Amino acid sequence: MGKQYLLYMVQVHLNFRRAELESLADLFGITSINFDNYSEDSPFFKVELDNDEQARDWIKRSILTRAIYEYWGEGENMDQLHTSIQNQPFYEENKEKFANDTFKFDFESYRGYGKFDRVKQIESFGYLAFKGKIRMKNPQQVYTLIDEYVPISENIGGIVPIKYYFGRLIQHGNRQAVEKYDLKKRPYKGTTSFEAELSLVSANIAQVKPGTFMYDPFAGTGSFLVAGGHFGALVIGSDIDGRMIRGKGASVDIGSNFKKYGESERFLDVLTMDFTHNALRSNLVFDTILCDPPYGIRESIKVLGAKDPEKFIGKENVEIDGEKAFLRKDYIPTKKPYSLDSLLDDLLEYASQRLPIGGRLAFWMPTANDEDVETVIPLHSNLELKYDCVQEFNKWSRRLLVYINRGKGYDGTTNSGLQRSTANFRDRYFTNFNQSQK
Amino acid sequence: MKFLTTNFLKCSVSACDNSNDNFPLSFDGSKCELIQDTTIEFNPEFIMNVIDRVDWDAIVLVAQELGNNSLPAAKPVLGSVEGLTEDDMAVLRDLHLLFIQTSIKEGEMKCRNCGHIYYIKNGIPNLLLPPHLA
Repeated sequence: MGKQYLLYMVQVHLNFRRAELESLADLFGITSINFDNYSEDSPFFKVELDNDEQARDWIKRSILTRAIYEYWGEGENMDQLHTSIQNQPFYEENKEKFANDTFKFDFESYRGYGKFDRVKQIESFGYLAFKGKIRMKNPQQVYTLIDEYVPISENIGGIVPIKYYFGRLIQHGNRQAVEKYDLKKRPYKGTTSFEAELSLVSANIAQVKPGTFMYDPFAGTGSFLVAGGHFGALVIGSDIDGRMIRGKGASVDIGSNFKKYGESERFLDVLTMDFTHNALRSNLVFDTILCDPPYGIRESIKVLGAKDPEKFIGKENVEIDGEKAFLRKDYIPTKKPYSLDSLLDDLLEYASQRLPIGGRLAFWMPTANDEDVETVIPLHSNLELKYDCVQEFNKWSRRLLVYINRGKGYDGTTNSGLQRSTANFRDRYFTNFNQSQK
Repeated sequence: MKFLTTNFLKCSVSACDNSNDNFPLSFDGSKCELIQDTTIEFNPEFIMNVIDRVDWDAIVLVAQELGNNSLPAAKPVLGSVEGLTEDDMAVLRDLHLLFIQTSIKEGEMKCRNCGHIYYIKNGIPNLLLPPHLA
């Protein structure tokens, strides 16, 4: 028989929250979680697990979970709460088990703040008869009283709780990572840097694991490399735009970000390379591919090659100081435009070749909200589309697409880039998504 | 560019994929400026994972080209993470120094098949190609 636990999650990025919980459960081999009680409308989720260790594993990396508690009881007022606690089948056992441990009480409030005499509240739990010493620093047990409110208005929290929960803290989520990797405090960043919270969530849904290899083919300023490094992978990135990855000198670049975070050993390199002309040896396995491909908004999408090939006929013979020009250190190759659809097709094909079976590809894709055309998600016959998590903005949205490599036998649906509608995303963006696409 | 990365790079030219000579790229030691960053922390488990994935023959070859002839011809065989001996740890420390702490700051690398030259500038390799090779 399992035990009851209570999750207290953040009430944001709701389209990503369950995907993160499911992915982390899968990562730690926890197969028994029943999501019947899960609701996007609530930050609370009561769930049965085998034991505390399982609860700790599941939640320790979670970005969108505040904490998981051993569930002791709940009620609409304090009297109900105390009755609930004392009527639980596990009440006597729990009371005994931790009776001599050092402890403290903690308080959480959701959507409001009541004016309570917290000392009196603690005293009302006197029937628990804990004999251990109260310790504010590093107690063995932390008991948490959570009060939930209905806010008075959007900006004003409630004053009288509608619900109380009580539990023993098992594990905090990984919310402190959101602070640690906050872009405001990052030495090297750029206009395309991806916010810390969702890049970390992406790495969780992509199941980046310690000691594995992660590749970001559109590394830019290295936002996803940092997220992968946080979860212990050896990360390697590439980008066709050398300016981005070079940074602003030796002390302000992607490597210096890793130094600041104390995770230098996890950062391998960033390469100036066109993903579609890939120099990473073909038998090198990447456990995870995680990226934010260029949408073509801040930078148009380019790959190696001449836009007008006729102009370049014979250019390979040009010599400077007796040396082939294209072999000189200062040579800058020409680039040609490429469509987002083709790039995503290339990415799916690459992932199907480089990921191990079960390995995940996760990337972000933009879509316009007002398009009458249905958004078509790129598909590959070897890849299972596991998640499609949408983040809405005013007139456009972006989605995190997560695929699992199932190998050749999977035989899933496939669609080529030509049938899809994102190719002109840049045009649509700059015309404010007003005209419908012809 | 860290030494370990030399073990992951082939020639970008797709026609060279049909050759066995497109990996590893060839390094001219006299043209490569090596640096060491000993502040990068040693994590034995990490290096063990890396050893599993490297092409050892290529490691030995490139190390020789860059002036290090001390590597054994065969990939070191190590115990489990829990059962590492003093000798194992010494090997892992050496490999950490070579793989992760040693990098090429300036230099060039060449495809053994087509002869194309790729430069490493300020520690970043440039694997872009001219239009006639792209």
